[in-house]
Amino acid sequence: MAKVLVVTSGKGGVGKTTSAAALGAALAKSGQRVVLVDFDVGLRNLDLILGAERRVVFDMINVIQGEAKLAQALIRDKRIDTLSLLPASQTRDKDALTAEGVQRVIGELREKFDWVICDSPAGIEKGASLAMRHADVAVIVTNPEISSVRDSDRIIGLLDAKTEVAERGDRMPKHLLITRYDVARAARGDMLKTDDILEILSVPLLGIIPESQEVLRASNLGMPVTLSNPASGPARAYADAARRLNGEEVAFAIPRERKGFMDRLFGRRVA
Amino acid sequence: MSLFDFFRRPSSAPVARERLQIVLAHERGLTRGKSDLIAVLQEEILAVVARHIAIDPDNVQITLDRGDPVTMLEIDITIPGPTAARSAVAKPALRDGTTRYR
Repeated sequence: MAKVLVVTSGKGGVGKTTSAAALGAALAKSGQRVVLVDFDVGLRNLDLILGAERRVVFDMINVIQGEAKLAQALIRDKRIDTLSLLPASQTRDKDALTAEGVQRVIGELREKFDWVICDSPAGIEKGASLAMRHADVAVIVTNPEISSVRDSDRIIGLLDAKTEVAERGDRMPKHLLITRYDVARAARGDMLKTDDILEILSVPLLGIIPESQEVLRASNLGMPVTLSNPASGPARAYADAARRLNGEEVAFAIPRERKGFMDRLFGRRVA
Repeated sequence: MSLFDFFRRPSSAPVARERLQIVLAHERGLTRGKSDLIAVLQEEILAVVARHIAIDPDNVQITLDRGDPVTMLEIDITIPGPTAARSAVAKPALRDGTTRYR
């Protein structure tokens, strides 16, 4: 039975696309069939993060408008053959993404895949609401920072009101993924505590992804961080989060970066 | 306070937490399910008033002003013509011949 998962946040730049790609790759590595769907019309980036930007021929809007078949628009990952991408259109008007069209495409994807992961655009406009509309489960990406938490709260309100699950009278299952977590800053008391964020948003924790240069390195290389360096802190945290999505019980730990002597001397964080 | 604390800046996370809790308490009331509170209030208050006084539903204004110490619910009903306001305690009639209750 396919599951449609939306990765959303409200605020931009918190790591939705990075997280969608990393979780998708981790789920696909375990043998499940995964498709990543980019909903950010005009500002697509999932293709870049997956290193598939030169393989995009057709996109979701072509499929919606009947200019291409779904199978023609899907791009299969070269490293993991159970991972596919349905890109967003970079050139079309946002209004070409219709509610009926999205419903039909998601319905078709449900038949072909185990996981349909919708990468939501930032904001609370049409693109974001279409991305969450058909979801069975939501991952809310939040940074330990007040504006991000506030926007997540807003998105939680929309997940509980404007989705098919909510309209049926059911409760949308939600998971919180805290990204860019800085252990040193947390120890100094200059970063919102995980417990505080969980209490404020009252959404169960899916994972804590440590701030790491590996994330930027992975996007430079066009690889999900779970593939580029599976031993790194963020990759291990994403892999654990993916196992929790599969219903496994995994103890929470914030994987530390292993730092060498030179890193300690000259270690500088990517802002 | 130890000497160690003296050299340390106070942490900012508790301030962030408190500010967030306050702002979200406000916003949840405004956005989550209660956004039509004003519409419901308007409808029900109008129904009660209309039982006793003939009023024009278009001449009713209800605003909710959420302030820090107090939140003010303001109901502004314009009653058309002095004859219609027979059973109510009239405030000074306005120049256009309407009576206003506040």
